Amino acid sequence: MSLDALYQQIILDHSKLRHGEGLAAEQPPAGASCGESHQLNPTCGDEITVRLAVVDGRVSQFRWDGDGCSISMASASVLTDLAEGIDTEELRTLIGTFREMLRSRGKIAADPEVLGDAAAFEGVARYVARVKCAMLSWVAAEDALGQASS
Amino acid sequence: MVAIPTHLLPSAGTLDNDEVRRIRNDFPILHQQVNGRNLVYLDSGATSQNPLSVIEAEQEFYEQRNSAVHRGAHYLAVEATESFEDARETVAAFIGARSDELVWTSNATEALNLISYSFLNASLPGATAESARFALGEGDEIVVTEMEHHANLIPWQQLAMRTGATLRYIPVDDSGALLMEEAARIVGPRTRVLAFTHASNVLGTINPVAGLVALAREHGALVVLDACQSAPHMPLDVKALDVDFAVLSGHKMLAPTGIGALYGKAAHLNAMPPFLTGGSMITTVTMEKAAFLPAPQRFEAGTQRISQAIALASAANYLKETGISRIHEWETVLGQRLVSGLSELPGIRVLGPAAGQERIGLAAFDVDGVHAHDVGQYLDDRGIAVRVGHHCAQPLHRRLGLTATTRASTYLYNTTDDVDALLEAVSGVRSYFRV
Repeated sequence: MSLDALYQQIILDHSKLRHGEGLAAEQPPAGASCGESHQLNPTCGDEITVRLAVVDGRVSQFRWDGDGCSISMASASVLTDLAEGIDTEELRTLIGTFREMLRSRGKIAADPEVLGDAAAFEGVARYVARVKCAMLSWVAAEDALGQASS
Repeated sequence: MVAIPTHLLPSAGTLDNDEVRRIRNDFPILHQQVNGRNLVYLDSGATSQNPLSVIEAEQEFYEQRNSAVHRGAHYLAVEATESFEDARETVAAFIGARSDELVWTSNATEALNLISYSFLNASLPGATAESARFALGEGDEIVVTEMEHHANLIPWQQLAMRTGATLRYIPVDDSGALLMEEAARIVGPRTRVLAFTHASNVLGTINPVAGLVALAREHGALVVLDACQSAPHMPLDVKALDVDFAVLSGHKMLAPTGIGALYGKAAHLNAMPPFLTGGSMITTVTMEKAAFLPAPQRFEAGTQRISQAIALASAANYLKETGISRIHEWETVLGQRLVSGLSELPGIRVLGPAAGQERIGLAAFDVDGVHAHDVGQYLDDRGIAVRVGHHCAQPLHRRLGLTATTRASTYLYNTTDDVDALLEAVSGVRSYFRV
């Protein structure tokens, strides 16, 4: 397993040009149902706050603020692109698929058809210590989604 | 500086790479490949590796003498008890203590909790009159420093919270040095406990123990010294330092996990309420109450970590035979090489004292634009083991404007080649991550 398989170009790019970063920059759309979740990885101090707005059963806005490693930041950026515009059930399924892939220790291949750019995190599954980094924003999104839907 | 006890004086000249290479032969784990490279182990500040003699001491105990200690009259029980108590004498002597002043604990964290819980027990109803001087309440103050490991912070936070005492701390400057003028203002008549680390696990700073002890003595406060990063690496004489308590960690000084020790002045230990109670720490027990043995048994309830204690004594002997002051000198060389090398690299900020100033053989650093976790992953790919994160010192990192750093920490089995391998690898980190 080479380091380049972990740090794929997509991940390095997203860790620099972070899509969706900045909670304060934009307010959620009027009338949207919102959820916000803060997640912390106590072993390394990485943290993220995700705010997600739902309008008519669809994720209309996904914004976040975070501080962490390239894996956790890129993961939040990729998730922003994937989450915006899909309906909440689709997002739940996507989170489940991503989690299953990451926890498989490399046994489940990532399907780019299903996971899109998030398939680039396939290499993370082989680094057990980094799985939490990749999951951080997704766990926050899951929690925020629960709030927005309730 | 600390006076070096005569038994710890150097047995030969300064350590050098040739001798370190011979020392490395005693450590089986160091001779392996990681990710296709020779392992470069620079994480001894977290956990040190065990020489064969230590591993064998533990194995020999289980093969020849395994039995519970301080009970039973049979041959093995006597052998085990003697080995266990010999181990205590060896480790006590290693830090300049008497053996009845050395209590075995699972680790340094437990040793610090032992002190804080004992003080809490002294503050509760039913405490004995002799333990009254350890009782805390409103108006009392516990003082720590801003650079403490969580193990020497949280037990005091909890003690303060439960007794109504106030926790205060001595701040550090931008280089991580304690502000001693502040210390002189903070430590005062209300101070009951002054707890601080001998050497910082993040900064590498060696704290001015004598100055802090003098401040505490002026106001009658008890001094607790965290010696986790000093006992393994430099001569330590708890009597010469005149601290009331000191704690150390076995796995940071060539011993296995699961063993640590608390040093306490006998007059304190014998007056303090027990922390854990149960078998082996009592004299007379009725259905209503119990009377307790003097220290150290007073604080050693239940079956002890016998093989680990024996292994720790073996580790202390290994360090003593190599010469703890020689080890300290060598690690000073490695620490300075780390700091000066890292400081020359663009985008690297080294925490703690600048090159040329006193520090132990470790350096924590920040790589501009690259998170510590990614630095650690990059180094691991090259077979280099370092620690990444907050190193159990979140408040210190926050004070320095950081959340996580990378730390390289050396020991007697590291050569200058190990340091150079790290420097070479770190120099490639930023370009790899396109910074």
